[in-house]
Amino acid sequence: MDAFLIQTLNGIVNGMILALVASGLTLIFGIMDVVNFAHGELFMLGAYAGVVWLAITGNFWAALLAAAVTIAVLSAVLQVVALRPLLGRDPLYTILGTFGISLVLQNYALWQFGPVPRKLTEPLTGHFRFFYLEYPYYRIVMALLSAAIIGALWAFLKYGKYGIWIRATTQDRVMAAAMGIPVPIVHTVVFAIGASMAAASGVLFGPLVGVTHAMGADWVLKAFVVVVVGGMGNLAGSILASIFISLLEAYASLIVSPAQAVIVAFVALIVTLLVRPTGLFVPTPK
Amino acid sequence: MLALQDVHTYYGKSHILHGVSIDVRPGEVVGLLGRNGVGKSTTLKTIMGLVRPAQGRVVFDNHDVGGMPPYRVARIGIGYVPEDRRIFRLLTVLENLRTGLDRHGLNEARREQLLEKVYTNFPVLRERRNQAGGTLSGGEQQMLAIARAMMLEPKVILLDEPTEGLMPRMVGQIHQIIKVLHAEGVAILLVEQNVPLTLEVSDRVYIMEKGVVRHHAPAAELRANHAVIHQYLGI
Repeated sequence: MDAFLIQTLNGIVNGMILALVASGLTLIFGIMDVVNFAHGELFMLGAYAGVVWLAITGNFWAALLAAAVTIAVLSAVLQVVALRPLLGRDPLYTILGTFGISLVLQNYALWQFGPVPRKLTEPLTGHFRFFYLEYPYYRIVMALLSAAIIGALWAFLKYGKYGIWIRATTQDRVMAAAMGIPVPIVHTVVFAIGASMAAASGVLFGPLVGVTHAMGADWVLKAFVVVVVGGMGNLAGSILASIFISLLEAYASLIVSPAQAVIVAFVALIVTLLVRPTGLFVPTPK
Repeated sequence: MLALQDVHTYYGKSHILHGVSIDVRPGEVVGLLGRNGVGKSTTLKTIMGLVRPAQGRVVFDNHDVGGMPPYRVARIGIGYVPEDRRIFRLLTVLENLRTGLDRHGLNEARREQLLEKVYTNFPVLRERRNQAGGTLSGGEQQMLAIARAMMLEPKVILLDEPTEGLMPRMVGQIHQIIKVLHAEGVAILLVEQNVPLTLEVSDRVYIMEKGVVRHHAPAAELRANHAVIHQYLGI
């Protein structure tokens, strides 16, 4: 029973970080129909930017913010230069485009920072007792902060002036343009928002694993699973699916080894594709 | 005010418009008639910047509109109500209207005023303002599409088959709406299959066939002389 509760907490904590990565991914897909294969690399670059900014500022939270802004600017440039010209063409172009970007960014990081993992020091080192486990406060803070960022995004989309622009463009980009909404700029901004969310999750997650040039790969794969299971382009669905998949994995690791538990995510993906390919968490179309 | 001069438009390799010239003067209702597939909707899309003309000019208020991105065309005063209405289905009625209200140089008072005017003209939209656009009936969606375009305070509205798929009772309502717009001094370029309605509300009418304008006359003249209508439209 103790183990079950501990795994529930673990599942939710991991689920929140995954949700932060996945909501950026699903936002970008929803509005541009671009499957962003470079998302994991933006996560990874965000973590490296966090390392650099932490060295400069000495403050983790300042570094988190600065890294998110750095990656937002970088990704806006990437979007304008490499993706904007490809939008509206066959999806294969943007798949190859983002895949290319991902290779370039990964090898840039390897060249710039080397193969040795960099350490991001966690800002809080305290623990609290959770059954037989010393549970670090930082993990709780990390989950809460992820939830807060996602909540802020949701409120912005729901109530903000530009939030309405984003939702309108997501639903019908031609009509949005005909209503005077500058669609190309909206696309760039959304890409930057999605990328900065990936960067923020990279910085938040960095202290737990160490920052390497390949750290994005695992996450983006899981984020893709979540986006499909939650329903492509559906923000609420992605968040629910993140928690769902992370809980499944956490419980599975009670029975099998944690390395094998990863399989559960992919089983969920396959079952979803077979049973309900539009996603588990989308309302049935009437 | 709005003028197309010898406009040629292609979709890929198919040549759709073969040199269309049309003009719309301030406050005027201009009808554009023709059978299916003669390029009426393409003409409107070309004006809106959704399709780029390969040749010819689209001029609006001394701006060369041809090849301008659609959002800039909308901002200089051309409203567009497309054929399938294209309501933002998941946005509420009010949010649909707001897509045209959140622009520079529009203060809160003016925004309220524009909303109020629309709600007065279409009381049903006020009732349903917090309902998702997709839940409205066909006629209500058409009203919303027109009201949404009015939020831009356009000088001209391009109306693409507003009566298509509506019940006869609603067709009368569209007639009323066109009259309201006309009374407000908004010019209208109306593409329609409904010939009697078009002849009744329009000042002038262009008849298109196979991507060119074949005939152009005051609506009153066509009302009196059905031979022309019969010749081009077969009714």
